[in-house]
This record gives sequence, structure tokens and C-alpha cells, in this order.
Amino acid sequence: MTDTAISSAPPADRGRTGRMIVYAVVFAIGLALAFAPFLFQDVRSSQVAARICVFIVLAASYDLLIGYTGIVSFAHTMFFGLGAYGAAIALKGMGPGWSAVLVGGGAGVIVAIVLAVLIGVLSLRVKAIFFAMVTLAAASVMMVLASQFSQFTGGEDGIVYKAPDLFKPAAKLLTDGDGKVLKLFGVSMNGKIAAYYFVFLCCFVLFLALIRIVRSPLGTVLEAIRENEMRAEAIGYRVVAYRTSVFVIAAVIASLAGTVWAVWLKYTGPETTLSFAIMIDILLMVVIGGMGTMVGAVIGVVLMSLAQFYLKDLMEAASSATANIPLVPNLLDPDRWLLWLGILFILLVYFFPAGIAGTLMKKGSHR
Amino acid sequence: MTAPSIETRDLTIRFGGHTAVDAVSCAFQPGELTVIVGPNGAGKTTYFSLISGQLAPSEGRILKGGDDITRLSPSARAKAGIGRAFQLTNLFPKLSVLENVRLAVQAKHGIGPRLFRPASSFRTVADKAYQHLKATRLDDVAGLPAAALPHGDQRKLEVALLLAMEPDIFMFDEPTAGMSVDEAPVILELIDEIRKDTSKTVLLVEHKMDVVRALADRIIVLNNGELVADGPPEEVIAMPIVREIYLGIPADEAAA
Ligand SMILES: Nc1ncnc2c1ncn2[C@@H]1O[C@H](COP(=O)(O)OP(=O)(O)O)[C@@H](O)[C@H]1O
Ligand SMILES: [Mg+2]
Repeated sequence: MTDTAISSAPPADRGRTGRMIVYAVVFAIGLALAFAPFLFQDVRSSQVAARICVFIVLAASYDLLIGYTGIVSFAHTMFFGLGAYGAAIALKGMGPGWSAVLVGGGAGVIVAIVLAVLIGVLSLRVKAIFFAMVTLAAASVMMVLASQFSQFTGGEDGIVYKAPDLFKPAAKLLTDGDGKVLKLFGVSMNGKIAAYYFVFLCCFVLFLALIRIVRSPLGTVLEAIRENEMRAEAIGYRVVAYRTSVFVIAAVIASLAGTVWAVWLKYTGPETTLSFAIMIDILLMVVIGGMGTMVGAVIGVVLMSLAQFYLKDLMEAASSATANIPLVPNLLDPDRWLLWLGILFILLVYFFPAGIAGTLMKKGSHR
Repeated sequence: MTAPSIETRDLTIRFGGHTAVDAVSCAFQPGELTVIVGPNGAGKTTYFSLISGQLAPSEGRILKGGDDITRLSPSARAKAGIGRAFQLTNLFPKLSVLENVRLAVQAKHGIGPRLFRPASSFRTVADKAYQHLKATRLDDVAGLPAAALPHGDQRKLEVALLLAMEPDIFMFDEPTAGMSVDEAPVILELIDEIRKDTSKTVLLVEHKMDVVRALADRIIVLNNGELVADGPPEEVIAMPIVREIYLGIPADEAAA
């Protein structure tokens, strides 16, 4: 008996330290994002930080579908786009202001709910592969619509508009005695700061809501449906109703994330919201972070975003540093960054088969 | 007379040309434990699947307390009080033993859709789940993923899920198959407990004759999907046809 006690202790222990590491990393990322404007003061960094915030929500809400419930959807960017275009069209039409954000964001959410219910009720009964195809079709139709109705959507060019006045760079949040913008730790308390914290706080709240959902009784039911749909139904859960509800919840959260993104960017177009390239990004982020973990989304998004934004720079530096060595600088040429990104992914998937958080926390890897 | 707790009328299902359950009409009363016997492939498990709704019949009807439930979904039947433990273990493998049982308790108490509260804060649900784990002697392994349990414990968990559903109708499909000699009595005692509750109906598929003798109020025999015998245990066990198909003894020898 002592035998089993000894042999079973280490894996459980490894799971615990792994969990500690994951939570520590996620906490550190949270802190870095919370103080990003003070820690990284250039324009590019604030863009990266805001994108990370929005994509954490987007990837986490996608994890709710694919990781927790086992629903494969390709329409997540469609819902993201609905929220973004809603806000963009309203801000363009009604002029910059909070009412435009509310009306546009609200309209995006309503359309997202209607579409999610329709897609869910019509096709969540059928096989997963058909459902995935239906979402793919819906997303394609939405892209065509966005480019066809160019008088509303700006077509391929997208829409440029102004954000609410509070977010204008000239806006003064805090002033010193002379009525000039106050600087805190060398950072001007202007509209840029306000815009970043608007993004950060909205995303923080949405992410907490997602965490709440997966820790609630509903979260366990979703996992049960993923694990064994037939038994979940047999103990009294209406599987189709649960699937449809979670599809709607994920759609609403994606749509809200889209609105936040649109307000931050002051531009909305197919490339920033609807494109399949973003859909693939989200999928990779969730897979790399660890499906069915929520916190994995945080790690996946940060890794991917940093790689996408900074790998080229890093390679540029490495390439010039190795300029005297044959062949190496060619391999490290910044134009080959996608190749290296690909190699990075393959290595990650190889060493972390359940995603980084998933593998470290020993989630989904008991067998 | 009150309506039987569960009744099937001419219940039939065909798979292609093969009739797995063939016009079975049978009624079960509250407070009654019926053992269903029959050789492998007789249609016992299929009969259960028809009653609990995983399969839709080709013909015939199913009534619960006089109401037609033939068209209800499996979840609706579970809510209506029909519970089933599966012959082939059918759990949520990556979830913990406690979560497995908690899910069933949660479904019964209607808090599945609750969103913004941690699952662990529903005390009564957790307490109930623990009670069922204690009853099935699984409380020591509550935190392990179901997939990590040895076979015998998985069978017990299968039963714990059924208990947690708190149904009126319990269907056990060879609950002790593959269990060790010291594990089986725990389950059999639990079934005996349920039997003593006169409001519950128990259907039990079981092969071991000593168990059948100890528990059965009534035995029905299925063969090739047909109901071939139905009656008190001593009577049915003594029938030549039962001895022939069930014990593999030719009828003339059995009579001798
Ligand atoms: N889903 C199915 N498709 C086709 N044939 C099936 C299916 N389920 C059961 N059968 C057949 O129905 C018959 C009865 O099976 P089953 O109910 O499992 O028998 P038992 O539980 O009495 O051993 C068997 O011949 C089996 O092969
Ligand atoms: Mg069987």
C-alpha cells in the first residue's frame, strides 16, 4: 500500500507546482497589462498591450466553446466583427460619443444573439463537422456582406471614425496647477491613457465573467457534455439547449470584445475583425495556451502576439549580429519570420501536447 | 388500481432486419424488484435503452404512471424519474469522481444552468454527492479523475451516478459484472435498500443465480428479443424453457 502512496504522490505534486507556475505567470501578465502604459511607454507597445487585452477575451471566449464544450466553430471572428462594425457604423453615423458606442455595441450584441441562436438551434443537433461547416459558411457570407454593402461598411477599405472625446490624445484627465496635463511617473494623463484603461478594464471584467462561468455549475455541465454527451443527456441535461446557450454566451462576449477593439482602433475593416487569418490566430492561441483551461488563453495570446510583433525585430538583430558567419544570417533574415514562427509552434505542440497551461496543470492529460 | 410505474406495450425495435426487442408488453409496479434474465444478445440492454430513451422504438409505447413518454428525450425521462446505470461504464472520464456525482445531483436539483456562482459553493449539492460516494465506498477517491479508477470502482461510480439521480425507477444493467467478491456485496446491499422503499421500482439485469434468488420479487425472461417467461422467482427458475435457454440445459434433461 505504501507503494501506491509513493508512486502516486509525484504526479499530483507535479500538477500542483505546474499550476502554481501557470498562475504566477498569468498573474505577472495581468500586472504587466495593468501597468503597461507606465512600463512600456512607446506607441507600438501600447498597441500590442491593447491587442493582447482584447484577444485574451476573444481567445478565452473561444476556449469556452472549443475547450470546455467541445464545439468547433469558425464563426467567432464573425461575432467579433459584428460588435466592431456595430460600434464603427454608429460612431461614423452618430458622431463620436458614448451613446454611439452603446447603440452600436448593443446592436452588435443583438445581431450576434439572433445569429447564434439561429445557427445553434438549426445545427447544434447535427454532427460536429456539419456544425463547423455551417459556421464557416456563415462567416464567409458575413465577409461577403461586409464587402458588398460598402456604403455602410466601407467595403474592403473599412471605416475610419473618431472615438469618444475622452480618448482624444488632447483630452486632459488630470491637470497640474497651470492647467497642463499632469504627468505621473513620466506618463501624461491624457486621452491615450484613458483609452488604454477603457480597453483594459472592459477586457478584465469580461475575462472575469468567463472565469466565473467555467467555475459555476454550468461550467461543469459543459465539460460533462464535452466528455460524454450521451451520459450528460441521460442524467437529465438537455444537451442541445446547453450547447446553444454557450454558443450564444461566447458570441455575445466576442461581440463586446469587438466593440472595445473598434473603439480603441478608431478603424474597423475586414482585416482587423472578420478575416479568417484572425480566426486561425485565435485557434492557435487557444491550442498553444491549452484548451479547456481559460488561463491558457492568456498565455497563448501573449506568446503569439509577442512573436507576431517582435520576432521580426529579434531576427533582424540576430541576423546583423551574425553577419560574419556564413549561412546563419540568411536563415535569420527577418523575411523568414513566418518559418521560425512555424517551427516555434511545432516545438510548442510537441513539448506541450495539451497546450502550455494544460500540460503544466496536468489538465486533460490523464490517460 | 393505480397505473404501473412503468409499462411497455408491444415495444419493438429492429436494427435492419434484426428484431432486438420484439413486441414486449410488460408492467412494473412500485415496490417491486424485477430481475431480467436471458442469454447474451437477448435484448436486455436494448430494452433498457428504449425505456430510458437512448433508442427510439420501431413500434409500441412506453408509459410512466399511465402517461405516454414514448416521444420524450432521454433528459426529459431522467427528469421524470427514470434512472439507469449502464452495462458498459459510461462516465465523464476526465472529471473527478466527485464532479461526476455532483453533476447528477445538480441535474436533479435544477442548478445546472446557474451561472455566476462557483459550483463548489452549492453546499447541499456537494454534501449529497459525498453521501452517495460514501454509500458506494468511493469517498476515498473523490478527487481522482474517473478514468484513473480501477474497473471495480468505475462500476461503483456508475451506480453512484444512478443513486444521485434519485429516480423512481432504477435500472441496473449487470451492476456487479467484473467486480471482485468483496466489492459486489456493497452494491447488492444498496439495491436491497432501494427495494425496501415501496415507492421505488427496480429493474435489474443479473446473471448470478444466488443474487437473483436473494433479491428478485419477480423474474422476466427475454430470449431473441421476446418476453418468454414472467412470474415469481421459484416458478420461473423451475420452468424448462428457462433452464434450457438460460442455463444451457436441454428441456428434456431439465425436466428429468
Ligand atoms: N445499435 C445497435 N445496432 C445494431 N444492432 C444492435 C444495436 N444494439 C444492439 N444490437 C443487437 O441487438 C441484440 C440485443 O443486444 P443487447 O440488448 O445488448 O443484448 P443483451 O443486453 O441482452 O446481451 C444483439 O444482437 C445486438 O447485436
Ligand atoms: Mg446487455
